[in-house]
Amino acid sequence: MKLDDKLFLVRFNTDKLSHIKIVDSKVCLQQCQDKPCTRFCPAHVYDWDEEEKRIAVGYEGCLECGTCLVGCPFGNIDWKYPRGGFGVSWKNG
Amino acid sequence: MENFDVIVVGGGPAGLSAALSAAQAGMKTVVIERGDYPGTKNVMGGILYTKATDLIVPEFWKEAPLERPIIEQRIAMLSGDESILAGYRDPAWAKEPYNAHSVFRVKFDRWLAQQAEKAGVMIIPETIVENLLYKGDNVVGVRTGRAEGDLGAKVVIIAEGVNNFLAVKAGLAKPLKPESVAVTVKEVIALPKEKIEDRFCLDEGQGATIELYGDSTAGMMGVGFIYTNKESISIGVGAILQPLIRNNWTPNDLLENLKSKPYVKRLLQGGETKEYLSHLIPEGGYTQVPKLHRQGVLVVGDTAMLMNSLNREGSNLAMISGKIAGEVAAQAIKTGDVSDQAMTVYETRLRDSFVLKDLHHYRHMGKFFEENTHLLKVYPKLFSQAVKMYLTADGTPKKQRQKEIIKMAFEKRSKGGLIKDIYGAWRALL
Repeated sequence: MKLDDKLFLVRFNTDKLSHIKIVDSKVCLQQCQDKPCTRFCPAHVYDWDEEEKRIAVGYEGCLECGTCLVGCPFGNIDWKYPRGGFGVSWKNG
Repeated sequence: MENFDVIVVGGGPAGLSAALSAAQAGMKTVVIERGDYPGTKNVMGGILYTKATDLIVPEFWKEAPLERPIIEQRIAMLSGDESILAGYRDPAWAKEPYNAHSVFRVKFDRWLAQQAEKAGVMIIPETIVENLLYKGDNVVGVRTGRAEGDLGAKVVIIAEGVNNFLAVKAGLAKPLKPESVAVTVKEVIALPKEKIEDRFCLDEGQGATIELYGDSTAGMMGVGFIYTNKESISIGVGAILQPLIRNNWTPNDLLENLKSKPYVKRLLQGGETKEYLSHLIPEGGYTQVPKLHRQGVLVVGDTAMLMNSLNREGSNLAMISGKIAGEVAAQAIKTGDVSDQAMTVYETRLRDSFVLKDLHHYRHMGKFFEENTHLLKVYPKLFSQAVKMYLTADGTPKKQRQKEIIKMAFEKRSKGGLIKDIYGAWRALL
């Protein structure tokens, strides 16, 4: 089963504001060869945009596990919880 | 600014247990929860242990939303398409006093929050706590994300879960490291209850669990799990983040890999995925437990790294730490002394309980597996090869076969290596 189909099953109350920021996109371009965030995030929130030369952040699909905050080798992801009442709302948990 | 005796940050098992015990001791208590209601942001495998939960809400099983009492626990070791299985079953576990149940956090935590409310706890949902409030060095409350959202408290209990933002800001914990968390994903797969009971050989309503090691995590430190619910199966896999990154795995691919194993596939056949979830599990162990208290503050549950992954116990450690924290907070407030010194009672009581005793007992485990990455790669293959050779009836005399097995084992791992591994495992686990 594809990840996109699985994410379609998750219930969100999406905020207009993003709760995720890339601190310095130059770090992604110049220092980060490997871009592990494009793999380790369970919801594939992070994707390398070759045209824009930056990490594209699909914060709307964030499952709020916190893996990116721990996993980014440059501490370059400023990840917070969404504002109160927004974000993922599990059906089962 | 409204003032409380106790503010609990986070409505999970630890926070709700803390609030309940503080309120039962007469404290004006509030739980601040970021979800719509306690439960909607919470994820676990999820097995709930009876003994610990009974201490929070006596005879909870008569009312609480539970899935199935667990009567059988299996352990599987996967190697390619092969598997070795062991299990323990006791039908007595289907009756009081039980041992454990499968649960869904969304339903169970909502119910637990209702029990806390009955005891007088106030719950403020849809609210983020951004920081602690200080007067000089003293913690005097919390700052929430709401306008004019400051709330005063004599004691703040940090139950914010594995992502330890507040504990770090308060100088109690360090930021998490990739080697001390497991990134875990889970699917809830709907199946008719008769099918579940047939496939797991269960009587009506009974439940089973399977933990899967070896190729379930592609040999990385971690574990796969399968738990039966009333009308669904939870299947998940967690691996330590550091090797997951190093080996270029995506968590979802790891889960799909587990689902495709012959032994697993048949159990899930025909099911329909209803939800996909992810969560971090604090795996730092004893050496990574943060400072558990300071003046006016106690740290509980996942935030305090209270997790015994070998025995897949977490919610019980969370609830017991919460209960003790609530009691210690109430006692300190009643005597008018919430100093760091007064709060040490909390740590002492955790040390006297199974919570820190178990973590201390397994204190070498994390390092052992971290330094011996071959263990979950070499041994599943070695064991399944040995069992296969032993069980294959091809006319080879058994004495010769046994010699062949020993020879094969030494080819896969040297004599010295085997002795070192056994000694290491003995030291880490016993």
